[in-house]
Amino acid sequence: MADSIRLQVTRYRPDADSEPRLQEYDVPLRQELTVLDGLNHIKNEVDTTLSFRWSCRMGICGSCGMNVDGEPRLTCATFLSDYAPGPVRVEPLANFPVVRDLVVDLYDFMEKLPRVKPWIIRDDERSVDDGEYLQTPEELDAYKQFSMCINCMLCYAACPVYGLDPDFIGPAAIALAERYDLDSRDRGARERLDVLIEHEGVWGCTFVGECTRVCPKHVDPAGAIQRYKLKAAKESVKAFLLPRGAR
Amino acid sequence: MTEVRVYRRPVPTWWWVRKRSYFVFVMRELSSLFVAWLVVYLLMFLWAVGRGASVYGDFLNWASTPWVVLLNVVALLFLALHVVTWFNLTPQAMVVKLGSRPVPAALVIASQYAGLLVVSAIVLWLVVR
Repeated sequence: MADSIRLQVTRYRPDADSEPRLQEYDVPLRQELTVLDGLNHIKNEVDTTLSFRWSCRMGICGSCGMNVDGEPRLTCATFLSDYAPGPVRVEPLANFPVVRDLVVDLYDFMEKLPRVKPWIIRDDERSVDDGEYLQTPEELDAYKQFSMCINCMLCYAACPVYGLDPDFIGPAAIALAERYDLDSRDRGARERLDVLIEHEGVWGCTFVGECTRVCPKHVDPAGAIQRYKLKAAKESVKAFLLPRGAR
Repeated sequence: MTEVRVYRRPVPTWWWVRKRSYFVFVMRELSSLFVAWLVVYLLMFLWAVGRGASVYGDFLNWASTPWVVLLNVVALLFLALHVVTWFNLTPQAMVVKLGSRPVPAALVIASQYAGLLVVSAIVLWLVVR
């Protein structure tokens, strides 16, 4: 194995550049080094002006998502040796506006997420003195997969629907809606359905399936969306056939 | 809040040829047109049969012209793609439960092919009996 690999990194300085360009850096190549390690090497040893987000280096925080050779990846979990002999293209996450270099603007998601009310909604709130809401292991299993989302935005970067129609509420938000719908303690399914039954909700999805493929936490947002479509369709049929009181 | 000057990257027209999975997805969407064509073709066929022997003969003559045969061969290939891709996606969209245990994905897919086989056998029996 060669002892270095070339990274082609997107640079964009909003105050000076009219559009992003690529800059090449050679970084050390060792078995255990990740793309994020390569970027940190550049930042510490070569070019301090490079901007990118990262925090935990262990696939928990979800902040180091970037497009590596065109694929949305957590750079802390992507090894340079898998791309040897290189070069490796490192770009900001696709489908999001670029703020600077590898940093993207996530405001759109921050605005969309609360629309699906990703919290437990109760008809009757119990007081603390009444104790906790109990749940069986089976009830936990029902939603656990969807609760693993770390909001890393790889699914949005992989989704061509979101790229073409930024109004689409997107994979992670719908998967999180499903996470609370499937929670035995929650009573908010109706409220979430009202948001997701719209065109920009679940019906925007054409089941490309890329969100599920790139998800580092195996959340399966595509599965969640299709199941939501089934729910939405059932509700529409019920609303059409049944009198108001029976719904 | 300070105004941030962001750069919005345009989506290229040919985004769907850049990745194999995107290409397969667009072909799967396109296959719906060919499925629709085969439905129209079947209706035309039924209409011709209903109109008697001479109309049916004309239909067969038209159906054996090279461009109709070519169209139907292409349509059949797209139909196969349609069937395989959607059957494969079904377990992801539907959680089928037997009692409290979810049915394995492979079994859901296999049962669809079994269904297709049964329906095809019935149609074949109707045609050749």
